[in-house]
Amino acid sequence: MYAFTYHKPTSARQAATLLAKKEDAKLLAGGHTLLPTMKQRLAAPSALVDLGACADLKGIAVKGRNVVIGAMTTHAEVAASPEVQAAIPALAYLAGHIGDPHVRHRGTIGGSVANNDPAADYPAALLALGATVVTNKRKLSAEEFFTGLYETALDEGEIVTRVSFPVVSRAGYAKFRNPASRYAMVGVFVAKRGGEVRVAVTGAGEGGVFRWPEAEAALKARFAVKSLDGLKHTADGINGDIHADPEYRAHLIGVMAKQAVAQATGK
Amino acid sequence: MSATGIGAAVRRKEDHRFITGQGRYTDDINRPGQVHAYFLRSPHAHAIIKAIDTEAAAGMPGVIGIFTGADLAADKIGGLICGWMIHNKDGTPMRAGPHPALAQGKVRYVGDHVAVVVAETLAEAKDAAEAIAVDYEELPAVVDTGTAAGAKTVIHDEAPDNTVFNWHLGDREAVEKAFRAASHVTKLDLVNNRLVPNAMEPRAAVGDYDAGEGVFTLYTTSQNPHVARLVLSAFIGIAPENKLRVIAPDVGGGFGSKIFIYAEETVCVWAAKKVGRPVKWTADRTEAFLSDAHGRDHVTHAELATDAEGRILGMRVKTTANLGAYLSTFSSSVPTYLYAPLLSGQYDIPAIYCEVDAVYTNTAPVDAYRGAGRPEATFVVERLIEVTARQLGKDPARFRMQNYIRRFPHQTPVIMMYDTGNYGASLKKALEMIDYKGLGKRKRDSARAGKLRGIGFSSYIEACGIAPSAAVGSLGAGVGLWESAEVRVNPIGTVEVLTGSHSHGQGHETTFAQLVSDRLGISIDNVSIIHGDTDKVQMGMGTYGSRSGAVGMSAIFKALDKVIAKGKKVAAHVLEADEADIDFADGHFAVKGTDRKLDFGSCALQAYVAHKFNGQELEPGLKEGAFYDPTNFTFPAGVHICEVEIDPQTGVTRIERWAAVDDFGNVINPMIVEGQVHGGIAQGVGQALLEGARYNADGQLVTASFMDYTMPRADDLPSFDVGMTVTPCPSNPLGIKGCGEAGAIASPPAVINAITDALGHEEIAMPATPQAVWRAARKSMNRMAAE
Amino acid sequence: MTTVSLTVNGRAVTAAIDPRTLLVQFLRENLRLTGTHVGCDTSQCGACVVHLDGKAVKSCTTLAVAVDGSSVTTIEGLASGDALHPMQEAFREHHGLQCGFCTPGMIMSAVDMVNRRGHHLDEKTIREDLDGNICRCTGYHNIVKAIAAGAEAMGRAGAPLRQAAE
Repeated sequence: MYAFTYHKPTSARQAATLLAKKEDAKLLAGGHTLLPTMKQRLAAPSALVDLGACADLKGIAVKGRNVVIGAMTTHAEVAASPEVQAAIPALAYLAGHIGDPHVRHRGTIGGSVANNDPAADYPAALLALGATVVTNKRKLSAEEFFTGLYETALDEGEIVTRVSFPVVSRAGYAKFRNPASRYAMVGVFVAKRGGEVRVAVTGAGEGGVFRWPEAEAALKARFAVKSLDGLKHTADGINGDIHADPEYRAHLIGVMAKQAVAQATGK
Repeated sequence: MSATGIGAAVRRKEDHRFITGQGRYTDDINRPGQVHAYFLRSPHAHAIIKAIDTEAAAGMPGVIGIFTGADLAADKIGGLICGWMIHNKDGTPMRAGPHPALAQGKVRYVGDHVAVVVAETLAEAKDAAEAIAVDYEELPAVVDTGTAAGAKTVIHDEAPDNTVFNWHLGDREAVEKAFRAASHVTKLDLVNNRLVPNAMEPRAAVGDYDAGEGVFTLYTTSQNPHVARLVLSAFIGIAPENKLRVIAPDVGGGFGSKIFIYAEETVCVWAAKKVGRPVKWTADRTEAFLSDAHGRDHVTHAELATDAEGRILGMRVKTTANLGAYLSTFSSSVPTYLYAPLLSGQYDIPAIYCEVDAVYTNTAPVDAYRGAGRPEATFVVERLIEVTARQLGKDPARFRMQNYIRRFPHQTPVIMMYDTGNYGASLKKALEMIDYKGLGKRKRDSARAGKLRGIGFSSYIEACGIAPSAAVGSLGAGVGLWESAEVRVNPIGTVEVLTGSHSHGQGHETTFAQLVSDRLGISIDNVSIIHGDTDKVQMGMGTYGSRSGAVGMSAIFKALDKVIAKGKKVAAHVLEADEADIDFADGHFAVKGTDRKLDFGSCALQAYVAHKFNGQELEPGLKEGAFYDPTNFTFPAGVHICEVEIDPQTGVTRIERWAAVDDFGNVINPMIVEGQVHGGIAQGVGQALLEGARYNADGQLVTASFMDYTMPRADDLPSFDVGMTVTPCPSNPLGIKGCGEAGAIASPPAVINAITDALGHEEIAMPATPQAVWRAARKSMNRMAAE
Repeated sequence: MTTVSLTVNGRAVTAAIDPRTLLVQFLRENLRLTGTHVGCDTSQCGACVVHLDGKAVKSCTTLAVAVDGSSVTTIEGLASGDALHPMQEAFREHHGLQCGFCTPGMIMSAVDMVNRRGHHLDEKTIREDLDGNICRCTGYHNIVKAIAAGAEAMGRAGAPLRQAAE
């Protein structure tokens, strides 16, 4: 790790001020992506602004037909939240299957969405559920927010403060984990909200998380596993690595989509 | 059997310190004034070093010294060695290039050692390493095992075609004849995938130099500290043996990778004198991936000839073994004498011929990894046997039974004289444990659920207890492979055993104490096992090749015999009887036919006070040493059966059942033996399903962390059903065969035989990852649809 | 340098440290609590697991300065005096360790697992929940047995469960 100065503001506003003042500063949330990168000397921020003491970034609340989760809420807290379990059980399930138990005790939703790792789980949930990312400056839809591999619409000095998930009638998540890293090699989140169905895929896309319109159309006609029979995702634009080439990954999208629908429909 | 004697499942004495966080591993050791070493490693697989500029780096904060190969050469520090000479088919010696601890003008793999920075802190050493400017002229990389010999690029001038040796074993003509007479020939092309050992404790070293005494001390993660001292003294030239102490404290797993003498510990101990401060180095995991010796990496074509009745007539095998960029300490022995002599397996095979070409590539050195040569041999044999049974339409269990060796001793056509065994008994027991009769129903149930179920057998044999010194000497070994022991009895009857074996997870502090407790009839709490320090233990050959029980404990047994013999002399004086009338049993020396007796502790006290005998006729004290040189290899053998279920949709293979029946001869502690089997199976399953070191065409290691290299985790594995049969080993006093490697040797072919049974075809290589199995299953489905 | 104050195994400690000091470095190098180990660089192996305010975390992926004011329990702090924790005892009794290097992380993770999932743990649950801990020696067979037994023993010993966090 290269040397850095360390700052621990107690509110998002303070954090934003610090972030603006320090050149090359980075925000530290759970640290489970940033710190390993810094340990390998692949990142060299001059300052770290730790959000761990910002009380205004924590907590889970149900507001009307939305579940609002503070950016510094850990995966373990989301997974264990009775509010999330009742409103969007698939979201609690997803959070409870990120990384491993120790990672879930530190990793946060804000860190995950701001990093937009192509193998992260949360982006699939945000996109499929039609969530809104709230920052210290504005509100963005998930589609506006995720712009590419490790890239988001966040401006310099902008901080994710919370994520608002609309409650949907049915949702499910299934992932095939990378055998080595245990990150999502293919993760599919399906959600049905009124007449609309969204299918979001993480882990597989060359450009990060994406939607699968053909599956959405098929499920919109009838929200059932059988509706996906015979539907294949193209291998074009799909990632390849030693664990899964594009053809295999594309195939897994179909298999995981079916599992996600099965979970959503209780079958 | 006493509660702490031979055969008892005694809970481990060493565990207390580990479960309370008080183990003492090399990285836990800190010496006063200690500084840190960081190795600048080659980013290129193959390059000429035109210049190294350390000037800017040398002036950076905290830097104490920066050294390169030139500094080692100036101090006449020799290169790393390979301790086993292999001869080519034509009798000429193998062609090995030099292996400097720090590069001399050329780097030959990614991770090769270019320079070392010694600084006050590790961060400062890393900062300075980044400031070293190295001018490389990149050369093409040779990476692929199968084509290295024909490559235009030469890695070592000493080996012009990148070939270290062309070696063979067996009778080529007899094999040709057998194949001409065959009614069926099975042919297979096999790859034994390259593995990274990944002991959980990374390698580490602390070098220390006492200028007043002129003595070096090296704390290091070693399976054999005495061999390390021997090599560092006699070949590398750090210091004479009496001026070099090597301590291997608690070691967090080895699996072979900590046998070898590497560049880092060599440089640390040498640099300690150069900088006048203790020098510490601990590998991070990526360094471990890059620079620990890897395992396996064979490409093989194998054929098996059978007659019309299904009797095996002959086997021929042609293997190319990748030894990496340099020859590691025992690398040349692994694909030769630890491999081809095991090709007879458990079978009566009249004729065997094996050729092995060993090649250099621009990859990390390859050396012994759990099983070392024997897993590679077993994979060849058991894949050939399984496929032959299938091609002949025979039940694989019955086909094995038909061809098992039944009479012992049995001389194979490839060196080995099997002493004892009962292979059929192990197979029968394993078939019952796995419920072979119920397999058909289980397969149908799986099929109904859209899954593919298969069963795979592996009848393995290994040669352990290595090894008779004269025999290995005749085959090219540079050392003898005996073991030493010293039993020191204290005046109140407590005992210290000093052993040349080293424990890094095997539980010697318990099993060796069980032997002493059993033989001397004293409490196991009164026995301490001391190992891993060349200043305490005079000499030893260390722990590898499942040798600590068969060889290390036999040395202790021999020393205990001497202690008892001396005790009888002392007791005879104390009890005023004739020495010939003294019996020793249950911890007491007793005069035959009387109730006069002396307990062991009292005898020890009498030996030291020396009041009851004449010190000129009988030496005071009670301390005996022994060197034990085995008379033969030992031959653990057994049958492992694996049952898998494949989800053709995802390609995921789940191991549903595992039955292992091993014959390890007599067992000292069944709890520890079963633990060794579990761990071995896990590593073999890892090889078969998960693990594989992959270099790209440029020689970059693609799998250089746990993010990319798949380590077996708890949910990748089932619980194992482990059973035993026993035919005591006739060649050592305890009847022990050894158990450390069996699981890793047996399991890969069991898994692949099960997967190919489920798939209905043989086209799958290790590791059978979900992607590979998915693709292979699609082939199965297409064929089924076509039929 | 930054000042950090922690309670480690019930003892208050304060030190001036470089902000880049990882919690595991602070424990091993500053406090000489060497029972917590480092087995990888990528937050995968779990040899470094300690309890931070009662929850298992990877101390190799946590800055010491970021947990200022927290309470840390390491393997050295698990036993009460000479009395081993039931999970430590279970690992010994069921031969859940060989080389011992992954063991502190395994035991700390196992105790956390019981805190989260209760005293009755089946094999599947244990295996799945252990995915943040790697062992190279045991094949996990005896670790799984040890955790199941240790969980039951914790129940019998009346060890209070922390309110389940997930």
